[in-house]
Amino acid sequence: MHRKTVLTGLAGLVAAAALGIAGLPAAAQDGEPIKIGEINHFTRLPAFAEPYRTGIEMAVEEINAEGGVLGRPLEFVFRDDQGEPGEAIRIAEELMTREGTVMLTGAILSNVGLAISSLADRREWVYLASEPLADAMVWSQGNPWTFRLRPSTYMQAAMLAEAAAQTDAVTYATIAPNYAYGKDAVAAFKEVLTELKPEVEFVAEQWPALFGIDAGAEVQALERAKPDAIYNVTFGPDLPKFVREGTTRGLFEGREVFGLLSGEPEYMEPLGDEAPEGWTVTGYPWYDFEGDANAEFVSAYQEFAGESPKNGSLVGYSTAKSVAAAIEKAGSTESDAIRQAFEGLEVAVPAGDITYREIDNQSTLGAWVGTTALRDGGGVMVDWSYKNGADYLPDDETVQELRPSE
Amino acid sequence: MGLILAQLLTGLANAGALFMVASGLSLIFGVTRIVNFAHGSFYMLGAYVGYSLMQVLPGAVGFWGAILLSGLVVGLIGALVEVIVLRRVYAAPELFQLVATFGVILVVQDLALAIWGPTDLLGPRAPGLRGVVRVMGEPVPQYDLALIAITPVVALALWYLIARTRVGVLVRAATQDREMVAALGVNQRWLFTGTFFLGCALAGLGGALQLPKGGADLLMDFTILAQVFVVVVIGGMGSLPGALLASVLISVLNVFGVSYLPQSTLVLMYVVMVAVLMWRPFGLLGRAEVAGELGQVGAPEEPIRPAGWPIRATVAAALAVLAALPFWGSPFSVVLATDILIFCLFAASLHMLIGLGGLVSFGHAAFWGGGAYVAALLVARLDVPMEVAMLAAPVGAGLAALAVGWIALRASGVYFAMLTLAFAQLLWSLVLQWGAVTGGDDGIVGVWPADWASGNTAYFYLALALSVGGILALRHMAHAPLGYALRAARDAPLRAEATGLHTRRLQLVAFALAGTLAGLAGGLFVFSKGSVFPNELEISRSFDALIVVFLGGVKTLSGGWVGGAVFESAEDLLTRFAFWRLTLGLLIIAVVIVAPEGIVGAARGLARRAGLTRDADPAREDAR
Repeated sequence: MHRKTVLTGLAGLVAAAALGIAGLPAAAQDGEPIKIGEINHFTRLPAFAEPYRTGIEMAVEEINAEGGVLGRPLEFVFRDDQGEPGEAIRIAEELMTREGTVMLTGAILSNVGLAISSLADRREWVYLASEPLADAMVWSQGNPWTFRLRPSTYMQAAMLAEAAAQTDAVTYATIAPNYAYGKDAVAAFKEVLTELKPEVEFVAEQWPALFGIDAGAEVQALERAKPDAIYNVTFGPDLPKFVREGTTRGLFEGREVFGLLSGEPEYMEPLGDEAPEGWTVTGYPWYDFEGDANAEFVSAYQEFAGESPKNGSLVGYSTAKSVAAAIEKAGSTESDAIRQAFEGLEVAVPAGDITYREIDNQSTLGAWVGTTALRDGGGVMVDWSYKNGADYLPDDETVQELRPSE
Repeated sequence: MGLILAQLLTGLANAGALFMVASGLSLIFGVTRIVNFAHGSFYMLGAYVGYSLMQVLPGAVGFWGAILLSGLVVGLIGALVEVIVLRRVYAAPELFQLVATFGVILVVQDLALAIWGPTDLLGPRAPGLRGVVRVMGEPVPQYDLALIAITPVVALALWYLIARTRVGVLVRAATQDREMVAALGVNQRWLFTGTFFLGCALAGLGGALQLPKGGADLLMDFTILAQVFVVVVIGGMGSLPGALLASVLISVLNVFGVSYLPQSTLVLMYVVMVAVLMWRPFGLLGRAEVAGELGQVGAPEEPIRPAGWPIRATVAAALAVLAALPFWGSPFSVVLATDILIFCLFAASLHMLIGLGGLVSFGHAAFWGGGAYVAALLVARLDVPMEVAMLAAPVGAGLAALAVGWIALRASGVYFAMLTLAFAQLLWSLVLQWGAVTGGDDGIVGVWPADWASGNTAYFYLALALSVGGILALRHMAHAPLGYALRAARDAPLRAEATGLHTRRLQLVAFALAGTLAGLAGGLFVFSKGSVFPNELEISRSFDALIVVFLGGVKTLSGGWVGGAVFESAEDLLTRFAFWRLTLGLLIIAVVIVAPEGIVGAARGLARRAGLTRDADPAREDAR
């Protein structure tokens, strides 16, 4: 975790600022590092952004130990955007025009991702949206210059809907933050589940304010609808409140519960021994891998970072690997060459081999679906299996309709 | 029936923590006249300190002891902040202290991150109160009942303290008339410190008490702040019974809103707030402000005068250098300068409102974001060309300002500020929750300038022309009859009215003008970024503008844009480092202490001492 402190950095900063305003172009010579601009919410959402950063740092170390990319070392320039789209745009401009980065990565919040994506399209810069989940990233607002690594809201919701269709539950209640991600997640779940099992009925929809849940009231409202099953999309500080009130008031007793992302360590670990049991969730069961690439990644990460990996660690690592593979395939650091290399790019990441689809620039990275349980005073996923992202995307014709830009 | 009763109980339980935080804020404002923006941070500290104490103190005694102790600890931290920072700036212009509290927010955010780490902490459960009680068949958590019991106890204790003790008498006296209390020989300093201690202790107590219902996370400071402002404003600033009534009202309303209007919970809260304030501008149990009570504190403002030729020449030269930036600067410096110029126009519009009009708005983001949304909606939904959209942005924002101002100007001082905040929040919640039209959180994307302005350099010149033009127009207005009339209405409303000035209409014009220029800045912003999201309407955007205006110097003509330029550049530099919020926060606090007149005010003082400029006040000049 190399970060400049304010004091040591200030001197260099003055020099850098002077140089920057005077505008010396960064010469791309042999042996100079290939720089990637990484924009993220390091102060706004540190719990998510820091493991992601560590994942990138680990991958970069590995890549450079093996000789780098195109014979040059790879370097990520990390910048904090405070979770503000306007800041992210300015930082993107700075990274690409002053720092001499060759492409952009990053963002967790979908609005920041969408803002960068729109800029990338306009300035013809490649942007790999590593974490933002919004379907709009590659579909309704998709563009040729933006690629996305993580499985989208639609894909993860479809995985849960498939699991839900196999249960006896007929009436469903949903609870999701009142914001774009929540709405997408509920819409996708409804669409896929209704297709698989037409008799299901949605009897209640709750929309708490993002990070402002009134958990007691939400639980009462869900209970009032008496559903067979509950579909939960709340996350962050809302999730523990919802779980605690729901458990205390007996909401989850005798009901199937499906939780989007709830199985990711970022969400499970803060819950400690109060993690819910028996929920069907998407997540990342790093603790149970054996003898495969995933297990190797986990042990290497623990050695590198001194802590257990989060889902963000895996995404960060895969981001850096994808970038390296794309530039290697492109054979150059020109934007258009990198863009073409990303089309149909195949990369080996710990989760398996993934492809960046030519049709919509979405990678086929999948997710793990399993059931939650308690083990040693913490929540884990059991009976899990890896779902390949490619199997949870709509057919090509639908995708073409969803993606007007191409 | 059982369900409705259970819902009512949930609402009452939620009211507990809210009341404690709100009553603290209300108390502090009532006595010290400080709008404590950092109150949410003290609430967050209460939660974190409580969490840490509960890890070491065992059992039920430990649990409740930890809650009390965290109140005490947070109270002490608050008192420390008062002694170290706020005590030095009581004589600064009205509401200037909120800049210092904003610095405290930044410092606390980074310290909490450094001490407790980034992961959300799940609050421990109350020992012995883990289960539920069945009330008419409906489950009600035992801890909810405990909260319902604790809240009146705290409220009663507060009431006893205020109504029955000598300290309370002094506090009430200070709420009514600070100068008189001081004249009677009461040590105001300790009274203020004591009040700050109590107010912050209440916030800390609230934070610790809600632990079993949630936990501690790094976003909770701003999450609670908006709610607490709503409660305090509805109840009436400075009124404890009002805070109690309003927190119960809001909490119960929320619970029923969740069940019956699940899509619109946010909007509901702000609609209620606006409705209450339109009916009673001073809140349910607040009292009307005594005229002049919040008037000018500190040195009277110097009369303004046109800049002399040396200053004009300097400014013209600086503008020429700036205009040549694309020829000598890097491509990125042009982008950065565009951002700074746009923000300067936004800050200058608010500065005019505060400096000339004496009207402090806490909701100026409504017009900045409003202008941005007007332009973006026209382009995205109606395919309107950029030139028209950019013209529509100030017009739309100006019309909105006219409507908001017409209602908000029924109140004055801090109540006016709160009303503007209410409207800004209402607009924000509407944009956020009316996704079909506004795109909700996903915002409006792909709003780029027309071809002729699409290069960064071309757009820089557009921003330069409009921002500098706007700022110069504002400056010109200060020297025009409108400016004189506005300052008259600000300094001596009664005399202004007696001389035939329609003060309220004047203020409305000023408000609309400020809104118009903020809208222009917003329109410039949206095309420079290509997208707009509800962030631009958030409470923190309004705060940014406020901080900048106060940092620049309210009682100067150029404070707005100077503050904007300094703040924006400082932020751009600092965000490159770890713990930049701590640094920026300390920097803000330092400026507050060293230069209570703001950057421009302090610079002017220095220049005068160095003999570079004349004293503006001829009387003082004669005296020398």
